Amino acid sequence: MTGTDPSARRHTGPAPLGRRRFLGYVLATPTLTAAAELVPAPGARADIPSPEITELIDLNDVMTAAALPTSGLITVEVNKDGTVSFALPRAEVGQGITTSTAMLIAEELGVPLERVRVTLADARPELLFNQLTGGSNTTFSTYTPIRVAAAIARSRLLQAAAAEWRAPVGELTLEAGVVTGPGDRRAGIGTLSEKAASVRTEQVAVDLKPRERFTVIGKPHGRVDALAAVTGRKKFTLDLDVPDAMPTMVCRPPTINGKVGSVSNLPAIRSMPGVTDVVVISTGVAVRAATFGQCIDAVRALKVSWRAGSAEGKSDDSVLEELRAAELPLGPPPPTPSVEGRFTFRFRSNSALEPNCAIADVRPDRAEIWSSLKAPIVAREAIAAKLGLPLRSVTVHVTEGGGSFGRKLFFDAALEAVEVSRKIGKPVRLMWHRADDSRQGRTHPMAISRARIAYLGDTVLSYTQRHTSVSTDLSHGLGEIFTALAARLPVGDIGFSELFFQLSQSMPYDFGSNSRLLSETDKGFNTGSMRNVYSPDVTCARELLVDRLAARMNKDPYRFRHDFLRDDRSRAVLDKVAEVGNWGRSMPAGTAQGIAFHSEYHAASAVLVELDCRPETVNRPVRDGVTGPRVTKAVIAVDVGLAVNPRGLEAQMTGCLMDGIALTLTSSLHLRDGHFLEASWDNYFYTRQWNTPPELKVVIMPAGTGEPGGAGELGVAASTAAVACAYGRATGVMPTDFPINHHTLSFTPKPTTPPVPASPTDGLDHVH
Amino acid sequence: MPEHTFRLNGEQVTVEAADDERLLWVLRDILGITGPKYGCGINVCKACTSHLNGKAANPCAIPVRDLRPSDEITTIEGLPATVGADLHPMQEAWLDQDVAQCGYCQPGQIMTAVALVRRVKEENRPITEADLDGIRNICRCGTYPRVREAIRAGAENM
Repeated sequence: MTGTDPSARRHTGPAPLGRRRFLGYVLATPTLTAAAELVPAPGARADIPSPEITELIDLNDVMTAAALPTSGLITVEVNKDGTVSFALPRAEVGQGITTSTAMLIAEELGVPLERVRVTLADARPELLFNQLTGGSNTTFSTYTPIRVAAAIARSRLLQAAAAEWRAPVGELTLEAGVVTGPGDRRAGIGTLSEKAASVRTEQVAVDLKPRERFTVIGKPHGRVDALAAVTGRKKFTLDLDVPDAMPTMVCRPPTINGKVGSVSNLPAIRSMPGVTDVVVISTGVAVRAATFGQCIDAVRALKVSWRAGSAEGKSDDSVLEELRAAELPLGPPPPTPSVEGRFTFRFRSNSALEPNCAIADVRPDRAEIWSSLKAPIVAREAIAAKLGLPLRSVTVHVTEGGGSFGRKLFFDAALEAVEVSRKIGKPVRLMWHRADDSRQGRTHPMAISRARIAYLGDTVLSYTQRHTSVSTDLSHGLGEIFTALAARLPVGDIGFSELFFQLSQSMPYDFGSNSRLLSETDKGFNTGSMRNVYSPDVTCARELLVDRLAARMNKDPYRFRHDFLRDDRSRAVLDKVAEVGNWGRSMPAGTAQGIAFHSEYHAASAVLVELDCRPETVNRPVRDGVTGPRVTKAVIAVDVGLAVNPRGLEAQMTGCLMDGIALTLTSSLHLRDGHFLEASWDNYFYTRQWNTPPELKVVIMPAGTGEPGGAGELGVAASTAAVACAYGRATGVMPTDFPINHHTLSFTPKPTTPPVPASPTDGLDHVH
Repeated sequence: MPEHTFRLNGEQVTVEAADDERLLWVLRDILGITGPKYGCGINVCKACTSHLNGKAANPCAIPVRDLRPSDEITTIEGLPATVGADLHPMQEAWLDQDVAQCGYCQPGQIMTAVALVRRVKEENRPITEADLDGIRNICRCGTYPRVREAIRAGAENM
């Protein structure tokens, strides 16, 4: 996967003085505070011509290299009670980065993991581009800086004890939060913290622990917030106790991004029980009340005339026509044999289980916001601009998020909460109803992907792919990064999304010359970077054609991939799933195995699934759900270079598989007459227990490169593709329209007016 | 505003609320009990699952007027006390399997799991694949395989 010297670009953070020696700081504070710059070392080398841009630089490199000019520091603080504090400038939304970060600090500082307190940093504009959670970039970009800060803390604590005991530092050890010296003298790090502090900020050099001495990094560890999660004590935005921040909801238009024309019954709504305020805002009519139940009642009672939205009259079919019209040509048919296909991927929702929500308290001279935000700096800047307040008067707290999948790159709820709070002059706790989240929330854009592979004999000559998509909104900060870096990249003058596309896509097979292009159309939809962004669709199309080509060449799909993969690391994950999944075993008619490969984020993944498409399985009765073909077994192998927390990585890969199953088989939004039909989790069929593979194995390859690659989204693409390939092999027909059940509407659509369904009253009838 | 009396996590409580206020909002917005989560408000996602007299129930679909003074509501916060321990065996199993990711759905998952195990034990039979397939709680992080493992393990100690 790498065409350049890895060491030239993989160090992200403090400048290395040697292989393991780095510069950091001790800050002038009463108790010990060690710091490092969250700054990457020299960026990618862009001077080697290559057909594969991602070999020179990929999205992860852009995101880390973009932060070069930042002066922001991250700090590890040793508290007097022996705990260690660290404010992570990223969003924890379930991906496990608070745990892996605590592990890095525990490893390098020599303190028990339980005593490391990782919180989420407020928006810090001085970090510039360096507070964006996305692109599976967190561990990649923070791995070295966090360890440097922790190592400096360790070094200072040892020096402080040595001075106190008048003993050589070399005779002291620091383990489990205790410094031990000659004569069995012992001191906890808490008691040493003041003595280890510095009266002035100074730069110091420190050695990082060599990998072979790791005792925490690379060992499976449970989540640091697991106890809080299982006891209900974990606090999400809507659980926070912010004084007077009363429940607030918005009555939304019946079509996508419709606008309020007029409201005919404002006085009546204002006099409803519990309602304190009703106000028209840019996205609808906001209602603040004592309870969310009262908000729902008021939203349903509002009589609003609406103006047209941004997708008025559009439907699946009309968008498909737009996409076909925007498709770039694949070129004339090659003179050699070829395989070719056009694949359609429907709109999909990236709703998390926690709906869009935010708390805002806007006063005339200041504003304070609480929300789970993956781009909090952009949010803070946008909010300050919207309110006309100086940046310093706006505080943005990043809260623990209940899932993201790309959704929390945006701050739609925060902007609304700010608008309502300003207009009514009171704090608000704003929540989107599930129906809002599904119908007006962000989506993975509908796309078509056309690809062709030309070959002659046993040689593949070329690979061509034209991906055409409804525009993906990348306005959350990645755009800024690209602006900053575009001139330095060897890709010429292309747009942000094309750049993102080129940087995230690569060709892992030795397929001769290849060309992949993105074309976008229609900015009328609320879209975003759903988990793994373009890759699930692009990879699914490619892997299906790979299967077709293998069949044409009379080769086994696994052997074909094995023979054409370009490097050993890729081959190793493929071989692993084939071995563990017993590839090629005899399967009953109507069932089949599927295998697929995907590499991204300096990491490689392979997935093998077994899929049961027999009628007795497909037609299992499930109330208000889609049963469909079932993945009965799945094996995933990943090589992420170095897994800081293998247990967390395993969880992420499991989640990626669940996403892939949904994307291929069951989950899509249906666009009709300017609105999405889905308004419930029983309309939008994300994977459920009845779709879950009874048998699952995740294999994490031994640490190869020794540096962590990205992992949060890595497994989605290969999972999506493996299920699609299995479906093709089980049914004998290559699927071309995803998800495969899209043409069967499996629910009765809820009305669009009122915009949210009534709260049920029959709960006692369903106690079980 | 009418008063409503019921038992909540072992204590008798009386709240002022409209008759048709759903229990979820009585718990969250009036009583400050935030373990049960909102995920849909229409008894589909099951994120608010709690227990009514020991059985799985969804507060988003129960008007508070439907509760009698003797009805015992148990939320995730009150689950450990039902076994007189710091943690219920199902919560222990959840920790052992490291089930949670974002954690938003997990209180509901655990309450569903406990009610399921109680039911199959009353029916004097082991948990089946069909029982697990029948769980409707959504987990958008996709923790489903670990949920299944944890339920089996937790059932051993219940």
